[in-house]
Amino acid sequence: MILQVDNLAKSFDGFIAVAGVSFQIEKGELCSIIGPNGAGKTTVFNIITGHLSMDKGRVVFNGMDISRLPAHKICRLGLGRSFQRINIFSRLTVFENIQAAVLTHRGKSLSFFTSVQPLFQEETEEILVSVGLQDHRDAVSGPLAYGFQKQLELGIALASNPKMLLLDEPTAGMSRQETKGTIELIGKIVREKGLTLLFTEHDMSVVFSISERIMVLHQGQLIASGPPDEVRTNQDVQKIYIGESRCS
Amino acid sequence: MSRQNWILIAILVLMGLIPVTGSRYYVFLLTDILIFGLFALSLNLLLGYTGLVSFGHAAYFGIGCYACGLLIKKAGLSFGIAFAATGFFGAAAALIIGFFCVRLTRIYFALLTLAFSQIVWAIVFKWNSLTGGDTGIYDINFPKFLDSRTKYFYFTLAVVSISVLILRKIVNSPFGRILMTIRDNPERTEFIGINVKLFQLLAFIISGFFSAISGGLFAVFNHSIFPDFCYWPVSAEVLIMTILGGMYSFFGPLVGAAVLLYLRMEVTSYTVYWPFILGTILILLLFFFPGGIVGFIENQIKRWRSSK
Repeated sequence: MILQVDNLAKSFDGFIAVAGVSFQIEKGELCSIIGPNGAGKTTVFNIITGHLSMDKGRVVFNGMDISRLPAHKICRLGLGRSFQRINIFSRLTVFENIQAAVLTHRGKSLSFFTSVQPLFQEETEEILVSVGLQDHRDAVSGPLAYGFQKQLELGIALASNPKMLLLDEPTAGMSRQETKGTIELIGKIVREKGLTLLFTEHDMSVVFSISERIMVLHQGQLIASGPPDEVRTNQDVQKIYIGESRCS
Repeated sequence: MSRQNWILIAILVLMGLIPVTGSRYYVFLLTDILIFGLFALSLNLLLGYTGLVSFGHAAYFGIGCYACGLLIKKAGLSFGIAFAATGFFGAAAALIIGFFCVRLTRIYFALLTLAFSQIVWAIVFKWNSLTGGDTGIYDINFPKFLDSRTKYFYFTLAVVSISVLILRKIVNSPFGRILMTIRDNPERTEFIGINVKLFQLLAFIISGFFSAISGGLFAVFNHSIFPDFCYWPVSAEVLIMTILGGMYSFFGPLVGAAVLLYLRMEVTSYTVYWPFILGTILILLLFFFPGGIVGFIENQIKRWRSSK
């Protein structure tokens, strides 16, 4: 088991965002958390990665209790993440974005007098290729197309050489075609590197193609967990999704 | 060696030749520019590289002034030792003040830096027995081995050049690169495994160190020091220099200091309405040259190259 979440709870000013969520993820598993908007997916992610503090509960990663650790320490333990909205270093080039993460991972971030430019060229290049950004190496990342920025986010997360990846809606805002490509890319990288993957989505169709296990979050609680076919036929899950599409 | 380095050496040599012209006016002005240029560059380590707006950098400049001045006049130390210690006083103050400031973000960070600098000013202003209060400290003379404006100019040129070299090394280092990621996105930087507050604090300390060095240079250059050097208009002025020159280019703040000090010198010899001129410059800058002077020039060069 690589990740264990016990009875996680969090409320914001009386609004209960996460109400006692527990789950476990085995090493090498490809899991997803789905649920309608506002179900608490991002909050769960933010708590696991140390971005938010929890009211109650416990998170154990790779045998270590990380419940109270700050985000940067959790990252160093091998838990990489991406964000729902674009979160990159927009004045830096694509190469520099990834290189910064690589050099941090290699423990070089506190050297003051060596030149940064020639550092970790090969490693950075390798990641650029694996996320398909080698042609945009020297482009400043801020003005890049949305899809490329999403790929770059993935690249930054990979650059810390994580054991496990948490991707928060990696295909948010993408067209069907882009979504398909991105999901294939993620699946390929995760399998090649033998990573454990946990990602969130609100679009069900995306999830079934890649997940080995799907967890369904609704109003801050897990209401189902299992292989895609089982979840698809689960009555509670159908109710939520059909109910939601009627409303919208 | 790169072309940029050759250009820098050429500029350095040209500056070194200024005293040969025999113009006392330019020697004086250039010393002033070098000192405030270093001050602006060290502020820019925070502003342009780390994305932290310090509204209280006069504190470290002032602490540099008073550290140097007091060590010479009150402690009776030689200029060499006093000046060498100056930077460490600035760094120590920045460590203490920065420790609290990096806990806040954006406007709250800026306000807290301002608050601390006003406290420094109040202490300097009120502690009569040590600082001389409002009357300041007089007769801080040139040391024997630098007993003329020209010699002191060369000393300033040397100190500023070495400081600039070190600062340039730092911003081009892995540490400097991480500062830029913090500037662009502190949240994301946390998630590549960086203790963001620690890096911000380190940048703050380095900035305080070099600000104090510039203050120390100024104390002796000016022969006297006053509480005004710690007061908030000095913070505002160095901020203006930095933005005027361009905070996203390494040498921008130095250029900003040069332009502002030169203009002030020229304008005040014609009219007393310098603040009016300064305000106009600022408005033009904010609307038409958001990247500052150097940013504007860099853009023009880029455009010219891509049109070829």
